[in-house]
Amino acid sequence: MIDSNLSATPSALPALAAALGNSVVWQAPADPLHAPIAAADNFVTIVLSCEPENLPLVVRTLTEDADFRFAAIIPCEEGSSFIVAYWFYRSAGHLRVKLRVRVDAAAPTVPSISAIAHAADWHERQAEDLFGLIFSSHPKLGDFVLHEQWREGVNPMRRQFDHAPLATDADPPMPWSPETILETPGAFVMPIGPVYSDYAESAQFFLETVGEDVVRMIPRFFYKYRAVEKLAEGQSIAQVLLKVERFSGTSAVAHAICFSQAVEQITAVDPPPRAQAIRLLLAELERIRHHLSVLSDVCHSTGMIVPSAQVDILEEQMLRLSCRIGGHRYLYGLVIPGGLRRNIEDDQLQLLADEVQRLRSQAAELFSQLQFTSSFLDRFEGVGITPLEKTKNLGLVGPVARASNLAGDLRIAMPYGYYHHIPAFPEALETEGDGYARIRVLFHEIDSSAEIIRATALSIPPGEHALTALTLAGGEALGAVEAPNGAAFHGVNLAPSGTVRRLALITPSFTNWHGFHLAAENFAFQDFPIMMATFGLSMAESDR
Amino acid sequence: MANWFFSGLFSRVVTTRYPASPEIAPGTTPGRPVGQQANSELAASAAAAMCPVGAIGAHGRDTTVTLSQCVHCQACRQQPGIAWQNDYQWAAAIPPSDSHRSQPVPRAFKKSLHIRIVDGGSCDSVLNEIKQLGKPFYNMHKLGFFITPSPRHADVLMLTGPVTRHMEAALKATYDAMPHPKWVIAVGSCAISGCVFGSDLMTALHSPPIVPIDVVVPGCPPPPLAILHGLMILAGREGELPPEPAIPVVPADPELRKVTSPEMSP
Repeated sequence: MIDSNLSATPSALPALAAALGNSVVWQAPADPLHAPIAAADNFVTIVLSCEPENLPLVVRTLTEDADFRFAAIIPCEEGSSFIVAYWFYRSAGHLRVKLRVRVDAAAPTVPSISAIAHAADWHERQAEDLFGLIFSSHPKLGDFVLHEQWREGVNPMRRQFDHAPLATDADPPMPWSPETILETPGAFVMPIGPVYSDYAESAQFFLETVGEDVVRMIPRFFYKYRAVEKLAEGQSIAQVLLKVERFSGTSAVAHAICFSQAVEQITAVDPPPRAQAIRLLLAELERIRHHLSVLSDVCHSTGMIVPSAQVDILEEQMLRLSCRIGGHRYLYGLVIPGGLRRNIEDDQLQLLADEVQRLRSQAAELFSQLQFTSSFLDRFEGVGITPLEKTKNLGLVGPVARASNLAGDLRIAMPYGYYHHIPAFPEALETEGDGYARIRVLFHEIDSSAEIIRATALSIPPGEHALTALTLAGGEALGAVEAPNGAAFHGVNLAPSGTVRRLALITPSFTNWHGFHLAAENFAFQDFPIMMATFGLSMAESDR
Repeated sequence: MANWFFSGLFSRVVTTRYPASPEIAPGTTPGRPVGQQANSELAASAAAAMCPVGAIGAHGRDTTVTLSQCVHCQACRQQPGIAWQNDYQWAAAIPPSDSHRSQPVPRAFKKSLHIRIVDGGSCDSVLNEIKQLGKPFYNMHKLGFFITPSPRHADVLMLTGPVTRHMEAALKATYDAMPHPKWVIAVGSCAISGCVFGSDLMTALHSPPIVPIDVVVPGCPPPPLAILHGLMILAGREGELPPEPAIPVVPADPELRKVTSPEMSP
């Protein structure tokens, strides 16, 4: 039932090969002009390698001429050198590009690409802090992930990193303060966080202002940095799965699917259709619950107590429903590489379908009421605008990008798993890019997820819910999943024994916090918490 | 024009009757594994071996579960030698013999405790479960528990997450800013044992802990009712809890704050 339009097409490769010319070496497919591509392939991964000095040119060709989107920078230490993998993807032709650049670990300098693909900015800062890679001509390298209690030159993701001396580090940390730009009389910086007055996650924001408008927002993240990627190194797949599920509990299913997908690519297996279909249902259920949670915060941030309470009721009902069908309120422990830990019976899927339909009408009713509440709309319309051009440049993803009319829902752009088999659904796009547009996207996605569950839950293919065993294999792959907050990518590198050599988590919250200043700056002070609520991002997911 | 007044007024009351009576609605708790007597020593050691976080122990034919290390991965759900108990009253007080334990909550505080939350690097789902406590289904305010916007007004520090190195200073500062008497409740297995994120690398679970902990609520994440149970225990209001299931007992082990359920105790 695979639609041929949804499969990879070979025709795109020769054009790309011509555009890139001699600046790259094609590693896979070795011959781009005659690459055999099966009609059923979901996507084609093109592996290229280039010299560091050619990197800006190649990236410019890929992003500007060939319309690729930047996905990730994943450095990996191999012996005495770094392999820096730049990942790009494109919906047309279903292509993924992995561009490998090898640099010597003794002098690890690569040209910065963030002037070309601005989305790479934080990836480069992160790689500098964690690996000690230098990105020449990047305007702002230095403390990013690691805060002031760590000495400069400490790179925890390096293989030889030893944390023991740091635990007793006696150097008094240098107190950190943000650089300010305002010199007007009366200008001041308002610090917020990292501990909040309510249930918010740890992060700090410095709002530079002269009293009314936020002129500049300086975020300080990674208070919650648990070094998940480092902890994963050398551990078994089962151990890493526990971490991947738990580093961001509110999108646990999406990340578990993403990791499993990468492991399944490496071991070259396909989970049984029933497992894929149930995964889809769990992911959509999680999306509904996540969006309801965001909408509750949105209503709460504007002091709309009654709507907030009514969304809360729906959210708790979804949590209870998740627990009834999956045994866990956040659906932990169900998705495993190769399928599902246990089957979900048809009568429970019936319950899921019924409950979600009930919720759907209640959410629609709430939405229609909110649309006519002027005191609510006044806080969102025309406020916190993320313009399309900048959204594109920053490579934002998920509901935030869709509110600015930037398509790229991976369920549609690069369908994975069972998304090939469900009826086409429209991407929830809005044009204004303001807070209200983001709210509409969330409500539309709740509705479309409910529709997907309705259309799928009662026609799940019978059969096994998991493969009996995974054949261990070494290799490297990129999992790509549309998490509730947007596109998530997991770079997984397995040793032949099946242990994880390198795990890279590229999360939608990390991607989107990079663009949060668009909505926060040049708007009034009191809009800040409201805009934060409409972004709906997670620190745990961003900080890892 | 939407009339929120009436739409609020005509919504039915959903708030739980817990702790006046047990909450029996399905889906309020994921339950927990508990140890039992297996058919054979082999089955007991097989149960212990299959737990990915080492929360299950085997002693002869008996299995034990250290709930503060359990991450609710559901791997042992159908495992012989492990029972699955669908309760939620599993919070536990650190015994007063522990030198880190604060004095019991005095009578004057019992009906009104103000809570400050510090997120020490949690996964967000714990915070989301705490958030549910202030929402219609659980409404902890009716029991006299409130979230306060200032540490100066706080009686209780609610700690989540394994305490990252970056949050260590903020946690200490928050605790120091709170007036005496003060208590700490650790919510979630990672706040108690570090769990899958506990390492010396980026989290700082020292022994003794950075702040003295009085009550632990294990779970990954603990459901809202378990957190509510922890708050009731902290406030010394065990008498108001529904009679069963019984409150788990904590062995007087100051180093490892392990929680075992009564049926496993010798």
